[in-house]
Amino acid sequence: MNTVERAGRRPAFAVAALLGALVLLAVFAPVIAPYGVDVLDLARRRGAPSPAHWFGTDELGRDLFTRVLFGARISLAIGLVSAALSAAMGVSVGALAGYAGGWLDALLMRVTDAMLSVPRLPLLMISAAVLDPSVPLLIVLVSAVGWMETARVVRAEVQSIKARDFVTAGRALGATSPRVVLRHVLPGVVPTATVAMTIAVGRGILLESALSFFGVGVQPPTASWGNMLYQAQTTMGSEPWLGIFPGAFIFVTVLCSNVLGDAISRSATVRE
Amino acid sequence: MLPFVVRRVAQMVPLLLVVSLLVFALIHAAPGGPLALYLENPNVRPEDIERLRRQMGLDRPLTAQYLAWLWAFVRGDWGYSYADGRPVLERLLERVPATLQLVGISTLVAVILAMIVGLLASVRGGFDRIATIGAVAGISLPVFWFGLVLQLIFANMLGWLPSSGRSSFAGGGLADSVLHLLLPAIVLAAAHAAGWSRYLRGSMRDVLGQPFINAARGRGASETRIVLRHALRNALLPFATVVLLDASIMASGAVVTESVFAWPGIGSLFTEALAKRDYTVLMAFLMCGSVAVAVLSLLADIAVYALDPRTREAA
Repeated sequence: MNTVERAGRRPAFAVAALLGALVLLAVFAPVIAPYGVDVLDLARRRGAPSPAHWFGTDELGRDLFTRVLFGARISLAIGLVSAALSAAMGVSVGALAGYAGGWLDALLMRVTDAMLSVPRLPLLMISAAVLDPSVPLLIVLVSAVGWMETARVVRAEVQSIKARDFVTAGRALGATSPRVVLRHVLPGVVPTATVAMTIAVGRGILLESALSFFGVGVQPPTASWGNMLYQAQTTMGSEPWLGIFPGAFIFVTVLCSNVLGDAISRSATVRE
Repeated sequence: MLPFVVRRVAQMVPLLLVVSLLVFALIHAAPGGPLALYLENPNVRPEDIERLRRQMGLDRPLTAQYLAWLWAFVRGDWGYSYADGRPVLERLLERVPATLQLVGISTLVAVILAMIVGLLASVRGGFDRIATIGAVAGISLPVFWFGLVLQLIFANMLGWLPSSGRSSFAGGGLADSVLHLLLPAIVLAAAHAAGWSRYLRGSMRDVLGQPFINAARGRGASETRIVLRHALRNALLPFATVVLLDASIMASGAVVTESVFAWPGIGSLFTEALAKRDYTVLMAFLMCGSVAVAVLSLLADIAVYALDPRTREAA
């Protein structure tokens, strides 16, 4: 490992640690949070940040720091699970299309192109409004609009891998198609899939927050970073902390996921 | 040239058919179907709903409904808005100028910014560090939050700029319009400028590493000439393609930006329609958005084909 590469990895470790810390905060939210998530304190409504309430209080006197911690559970869960799901879908579709070729490839790619040409957020907003979703359904919806880019890249990679000699050799040795795909082709796709998944975490969180920001995502009283912003948008002028803190958490988390994705893709290309 | 364009247009047809099926299925998947809004309204009697259902053809088989809707859509008959009974086409068209203004200006700003930043980053290592950090931050910004924060700083705290709308109630000429446009245009441009500058930097780096650049250096061409005449000309085409292909993301961004800043364009029509479950408007929006994206990607392909002879073999 040369010095340039090592220097390039340091921020990656830092953001990975930060993401890990956020996940820990989310997991242990009930232990860490200074107040109950739904505890009202009507005497201290709309309070500015103070030593007792680090991030201030909302219109019902609930502690904002507590709500941000509990919101992290929902937002991170949606980001992480939807990233895994959309990567799995993208890899499956891409590998199937790339390996099978022919009419199946043509069909899958037309659907992929069609999904790519529908404006993503409006499509998601209508689906969410129509289906009135719970958190698990939101995860499915967010991953349903996030697999297409991965599918395209994986398809291209599978096409190039399957033309390589070791795949032909495997087939000549009598390996079945599923075995060739699982043992010989898919391992070559792992770096791409990892990068896509890492970046998808941030995108999933952004999509969740946008949906909730328009009132069609996570529904109150459940807290998510997005619906906290939805509630804050009308009072930004008088109680800016209600919007600034949840938004900052979204920003930092998405930033971490993008930086990490970047770093992984760089180190994957360096190794090849 | 012509056979390529014809083939490429022909590819769009199945694509748009899949999109139309998707849009149609989505609206009919709604509990209560397209009449859900009336089902919730206590003033609408069951017999009225039955009458509407027959009037709108909702009692016919789904395939017949789909074909009728598609045919009407192609002819420009997009139905009537549930919210105010006016033709959907008319409601959309009256919002087009505001959206074109916002999206046009912010695309222009983003392209100029991306070109300056991307070009400098590809030749100056020190600047590249800062540009990378700035770009990753820009890509990661939640658009609506960025909008709210800018509103807070420049409208509420400093009072320099209006917080929303396209013009003041009193009206006020060009200066007033520009002031109103400033914040939404910056918000919409920021993320795109970030992504596009990275892209231009990447393709500039690729070109600058090629042998013909060394050859030009060997011939004694100045560095400015090499960067601008040799490298940029080659890097510009993929850059232009990406700008055109990002139209779909621009549409999503416009929806968010317009509703944060109460910009009276198609994006805020969409959020109004969403709140009222105004399905005819929503369907028309999705279809128009997809057609626009498909047409822009067609333009991108044609531009590449026309401008870069190297790609013709592959096409």
